[in-house]
Amino acid sequence: MPHDHDHFHHEGLSPSGHPYRADDDIALSYWQRMEIAVRELLIEKGVTTPAEIAGQIAAMDARSPADGARVVARAWTDPAFRDRLLADGSAACREMGFDIGALNLIAVENDAATHNVVVCTLCSCYPRNLLGLPPDWYKSRAYRSRTVREPRKVLAEFGLDLPDDVTVRVHDSTADMRYIVVPARPRGTEGWDEERLAALVTRDSMIGTGLPRPPT
Amino acid sequence: MTERVRVKSWAPPGHVRTPAYLRGRIGKIERPLGRFANPEQLAYGLAAEAVPLYRVRFRMADLWGDAAERPEDTLDAEIYAHWLEPAP
Amino acid sequence: MTSDPHSNWHDMGGAESGPIHRDGHDYALWEKRVDALMVLCSSKGLFTVDGLRRALEEMGEDAFESMSYYERGIAANNRNLIGAGVYTTAELAERMDRVGRRGDTYGEAQHD
Repeated sequence: MPHDHDHFHHEGLSPSGHPYRADDDIALSYWQRMEIAVRELLIEKGVTTPAEIAGQIAAMDARSPADGARVVARAWTDPAFRDRLLADGSAACREMGFDIGALNLIAVENDAATHNVVVCTLCSCYPRNLLGLPPDWYKSRAYRSRTVREPRKVLAEFGLDLPDDVTVRVHDSTADMRYIVVPARPRGTEGWDEERLAALVTRDSMIGTGLPRPPT
Repeated sequence: MTERVRVKSWAPPGHVRTPAYLRGRIGKIERPLGRFANPEQLAYGLAAEAVPLYRVRFRMADLWGDAAERPEDTLDAEIYAHWLEPAP
Repeated sequence: MTSDPHSNWHDMGGAESGPIHRDGHDYALWEKRVDALMVLCSSKGLFTVDGLRRALEEMGEDAFESMSYYERGIAANNRNLIGAGVYTTAELAERMDRVGRRGDTYGEAQHD
């Protein structure tokens, strides 16, 4: 079974919930030598500092799909927020207090008749300032090549079979926008609060390659 | 920009953000996005002009013909204005 | 559809391809450092994300097939930094040599 990547970030652990790979005993590669050399040169030339680098790593580590899940949960419970989110995704995220930097976010909403899925065919653009770093498969040749041409087949490989009365909309992040899919709220969640709803929202459901967890 | 647009069939070398699979295709403006610095200039360290950017929606049938899984499924992409021309 | 496969290999939308492998990996510290350097250097105006993408494209398809995402990332980052005059090729070469002499593992090499 593929590893479940829906665990969100835990303090000191990687987004999958596992500790970071221990670098110390990795055999040094050419490109790792370059990373160390570049970093040291940048520090010595006053471009950056070790603290600034560590701070940027921490800032990226702090971002995870849990943030996007909270945005989705609010959209599910607050129709006026949902309207604002669809009109200006970035403003809505900032309204919730998320530090998304220069992210230009467009939220696209699933419903009974529409399913959205996001890809970047030209490189791997992803709303990282909201959701954290993308999964490896999102950056793969297969995903980037096939999703714009045969999205239903791709989604079926992710376990998602869509009927013919649903329209699939693929979004190719070719320029300055980044995308988040607002999945349809699962049935059987009437009266749930935002925190409980957010726990159902998976990373893949916000990319469009999955659905939220059903209520248990 | 007109509502219906065709993506130019240009095929330049160098850094561009108009995917090959969209060139020559006709779609509809889904929404204007405002002006953004031209990546074709930014990529070379040049001062960049601000260019209008549009989300353009294409029917899968118009991209892939009979190979489309479902003709009315859509593909939305962001295309810079200088890559678009009016379509009938 | 592309006229120049050498410059447009990265433009993969619609191309044939195989199954999508969904196993991922936990990011190593050195990869997170590469990511941080890419963000910091572009935010400081040394180069743009567009310049990074262009460098990645110019590295060619073999690089995409044979190098990992962050190996390509540091390679592209470096090209842009040399292009911006932040350090010279000779400075980089000398430092990479020195780093390599510190030891055989990343752990040893990251400490002077």
